[in-house]
Amino acid sequence: MAFLSTHGLTAQYGQFKALFGVDLHVNPGECVAIIGANGAGKTTLMRSITGVLRNAPEMIRLGDTPIGALPADQILKRGIAMVPEGRKLFPSLSVEENLLIGGQVRKGSGRWSLDEIYGLFPILKERRHSPGTALSGGQQQMVAIGRALMSNPELLLCDEISLGLAPVVIRDIYAALPAIRATGAAVIVVEQDITRALSVADRVYCMMEGRVTLTAPAKEVTREAIHAAYFGAAA
Amino acid sequence: MHQVTTRTRASTIAGIAALALIAVGLILPAFAPRSLIQDLFFILTMLTLAQLWNLIAGFGGMVSVGQQAFVGIGAYAMFAGVILMGWDPVPAILLGGLAAFLLAIPMAFFAFRLAGAYFAIGTWVIAEVTRLVIAQWKTLGGGTGTSLPREATSDIIGVETIANLFGLRDAAARDVLAYWLALGLAVATMAAIYALLRSRTGLALAAVRDNDNAARSVGVDARRVKWIVFLAAATMTGLVGALIYVQTARISPDAAFSVTNWTAYVIFIAVIGGIGRLEGPILGVLVFWGLQTAFADYGSWYLLALGVLAIATMLFAPRGLWGLIHDRTGLSLFPVQRRLILIDERSKP
Amino acid sequence: MIWLDVLVQGILLGGLYALFAAGLSLVFGIMRLVNLAHGDLIVFAAFAILLITATLGLNPFLAALLAAPLMFAVGWALQRFVLNRVLGKDILPPLLVTFGLSVALQNGMLEVFSADSQRLSVGALESASINLGIVTVGTLPLLTFASAVAAIFLLNRIFYTTALGRAFRAVSDDPTTASLMGLNPKSVFAIATGLAMVIVTLAALYLGMRANFDPSIGPARLLYAFQAVIIGGLGSLWGTLAGGAIIGVAQTFGAQINPEWQILAGHIAFLVVLLIRPRGLFPRAVD
Ligand SMILES: Nc1ncnc2c1ncn2[C@@H]1O[C@H](COP(=O)(O)OP(=O)(O)OP(=O)(O)O)[C@@H](O)[C@H]1O
Ligand SMILES: [Mg+2]
Repeated sequence: MAFLSTHGLTAQYGQFKALFGVDLHVNPGECVAIIGANGAGKTTLMRSITGVLRNAPEMIRLGDTPIGALPADQILKRGIAMVPEGRKLFPSLSVEENLLIGGQVRKGSGRWSLDEIYGLFPILKERRHSPGTALSGGQQQMVAIGRALMSNPELLLCDEISLGLAPVVIRDIYAALPAIRATGAAVIVVEQDITRALSVADRVYCMMEGRVTLTAPAKEVTREAIHAAYFGAAA
Repeated sequence: MHQVTTRTRASTIAGIAALALIAVGLILPAFAPRSLIQDLFFILTMLTLAQLWNLIAGFGGMVSVGQQAFVGIGAYAMFAGVILMGWDPVPAILLGGLAAFLLAIPMAFFAFRLAGAYFAIGTWVIAEVTRLVIAQWKTLGGGTGTSLPREATSDIIGVETIANLFGLRDAAARDVLAYWLALGLAVATMAAIYALLRSRTGLALAAVRDNDNAARSVGVDARRVKWIVFLAAATMTGLVGALIYVQTARISPDAAFSVTNWTAYVIFIAVIGGIGRLEGPILGVLVFWGLQTAFADYGSWYLLALGVLAIATMLFAPRGLWGLIHDRTGLSLFPVQRRLILIDERSKP
Repeated sequence: MIWLDVLVQGILLGGLYALFAAGLSLVFGIMRLVNLAHGDLIVFAAFAILLITATLGLNPFLAALLAAPLMFAVGWALQRFVLNRVLGKDILPPLLVTFGLSVALQNGMLEVFSADSQRLSVGALESASINLGIVTVGTLPLLTFASAVAAIFLLNRIFYTTALGRAFRAVSDDPTTASLMGLNPKSVFAIATGLAMVIVTLAALYLGMRANFDPSIGPARLLYAFQAVIIGGLGSLWGTLAGGAIIGVAQTFGAQINPEWQILAGHIAFLVVLLIRPRGLFPRAVD
C-alpha cells in the first residue's frame, strides 16, 4: 500500500483555485520528483500535504488514515517533515538551535541526531553558534534539510532545495540524498531542474496549472512527453 | 461605458432621510419635552465622540485610548475662557477646540513614535499627564474642580431668545441651545468624515490603515495623512468636550478626564455598532443609550456587562451589529467603497 | 545624604515596576500582543493572594506560591479561548478585547471585593530595614528588587537556553514554519501568557505587601509597566529593569520635591526618554 496518497486534492487561495483534483501517491522508501513550471501549484501541493493549507479529511491519506484536515503540527507528528521553499530558517535561532527545534516535538526512531547531521554537513558544526540567517544560501539549505531530518521522518518533502544556488553547491546538497534514502525514508523532491529530478527520482509527476499532466517512472519518460506535460499538449 | 460611483439606491434614500431627520431635529424643541431634549443631547454628543474615535481607529488604524485628554482639555479651556477671561460659554467652546488641537500636536508627536499597539498606551499616558497637570491648576479648582459662575450661565447669548420663542424657563432654554449645538456638531462631524472618506485623502487613509509601507510605495505620505486626521479628530473632540461641560456646568479633573466616560463608552459604542463604518456608531449609540437607561443603576455590574459584551462582539461579530445587518441585506447607507458601474450602451438614448 | 537615600529608594521601587513590566514585555516579544488588562490582572492576582491568605491563614509568600499556578491557568485559558481568536495582522481586535477585559475585570472586582483598600500584611517585615552603611533601606523594597533581578534572570534563561524558550522564539519569528516543526503556535502562545501571569503573581505579591491596593489601580500599573518596557527598549528584559529604575527614581525625586508631583514626575521622565531615545535604552538590533 502507498505510504501517502492524495485523492482529488483541491486547494484555493481565497477565490483563486490553485489545485484541481490532484491524485498522487508515494510508496514507502520511494523517491518521487514533482516538476512543473512556475506557478504550477507544486508548493501549494506541499503545503496541502503538510497541513499548512487544510483540506477535506479524505483528500489525503496516510496509509488508510484520512489526514487531510489535520493541522501542520499533527502532520509532523505522523512522520512527514518538510524542507520549505525559501528555507525559512528562524532568524532568532542559532544554527544548532534551528536543528534542535526540528527534533524538539518528534524525535522519531532512526538515524538522525545532531551528531549525524553534523556528520552529513560538517560545515554546520563549525558554524553552529552563528545565527541561522548569517550563513550562505547553500549552508542555510543544509540547515533546513538537517532541521527536517531531526524528526526522523518517514516521508521528507523537499521544495526546490536547489533554488538560487550555484551548481557546485547544488551537487553537494543532492549528495546527501542517498544517505537520507538509506534510512528507508520516502522522499518527494520538487524541482525545476528536470535533469536533476529525473536522475534522483524513481517516479516523476509533472504538474501544470494545478493539475497532474504526466506521471511515469523516471527511467521511461521521454523529453517529448515532459515537454508536452510542461507546456501543454499543443506546444 | 462605465463610471465609478459610490452611490447606491439605499444611500440616496438615506441621504434624503438624513436631511429630513435633521429638519425634524431642528424644530423638535418646539414640542418635545425637556427630558427628551436632554437624552438627545447625550446621544448626539456620544455619537460624535464615537464617530471621531471610529475615524482615527477604525478608518485610520490609530487605536487611541487617550481621547479623554481632548474632552478634558476642551472642557477646561472653555472653563478658563469663562472664568479667567470672562467669555460667554458658547464662544468659549471654540477655545476648547483650540486647546485640544494644541494638545494633539505633542500627543501625536510622542505616540506616533511607538510601535504598533503600544500607540494605544502612549495616548493613555499623555491623557494622564494632562489630567495630572490640570489638577495642579488651582484657579480652576485643582484636584476638586469648580463650577461655572452663575452670572456666566444665566445670560448665555441666545438663551433669552429661545426662552421667549418657545415659552421656556431659562434652564430649559439652555438645554435647547446645547442640544442645537450638539446637533450641529454631530451633523458637521459626520458630513466631514463622509466627505473625507470619499476624497483622495480618504483613499490614502484606507491605504495607510491597511499597510503603511504599501501606502508609501504608491505615493501616499502616510505620516501626513495620519497627522491631519489625528489633529482634526482631536479638535472636534475638544469642541464636544467643551460643549458637554457647558451643559454640565461643573467640572473636575477626574470627571473631565474619565477613561470610562470618554473613551471606554465611546469604544464600546463603536465596537458594538460596527467599527470602520459610518453607520456603526449610529446604531451603537442607540443600543448604548438603551442599555444605559435600562441598566445604569446597576453600576459596576453594568460596566462589567458592557466590557463582556464588547469582548463577545469582537469574538463573534467583529464588524458589529451593522456588519451583521450589512452581511444579511447588503445595505449601505453611507457607501464609501467605490463601485464600478457598467452602463449598458443600448439603454442609453 | 537625603538625595542618595531618595535615589536608592527610587531604584528599589524600579524593581517593582520591572516586575510589572516583565510579563507585558514577554507577551509582546512573543506575539506582538499588547494586553491592556495587564494592570488589572496584577490587581486581580493581588486579590487572589489576599483571598488565599484570608481563607487558609497562610502567609502571603506561601499564598503567592498557591496563586501562581492558578494565575498560570487564568493566563493560559485567556490566551487559548479568547486572545488566540483575535490575534492577527490587524492590531485593533486584540487591543479592544483586552480593553474590554480591563473594564470588565475592574468592575467585577469592584462588585466582589468592594472599593475598599486592601493590603497583604507581613507583620514585622513591613517596617524592617537593613543598614547598608551609607544608606538604610527597607528589607521589603530590597527583597522586591532582588526578586525582580531573579525573575528577569530566570526568564532570560528560559528564553535563551531551554527548549520552551526556543519554541517561543521560533513561533515569534514565523508561526507557520514553527508549525512545520510540530509546534502548535497557539499552544505556545497560551504557555507564554500563562508564564507572564506567573510573573504577574510575583508582581502582585510585592504590590500588595508594599502598598494599599483596590480594584481601580490597575490602569496606572499598566502605564508604569509600559513605560518601563519602552524605556528599556522593546524585547530587552534587562532593559525593563533599567526602565523601571528610571521611572522609580523620577517618582521618588518628584515626591521629595512635592508629594503631588510623584506620578507626574515618572510620566515626564518617560516622555523625556521617548524624546531623546525613541527606541529605548537597549533596543534590539533587529525588529
Ligand atoms: N498565498 C497565496 N495567495 C494567493 N495565491 C497564491 C498564494 N500562493 C500561491 N498562489 C498562487 O497559486 C498558484 C500556484 O502557486 P505555487 O506557489 O503552488 O506554484 P509553484 O508550482 O510552487 O511555483 P514556483 O515554481 O514558482 O515555486 C500560483 O498561480 C500562485 O500565484
Ligand atoms: Mg513553489
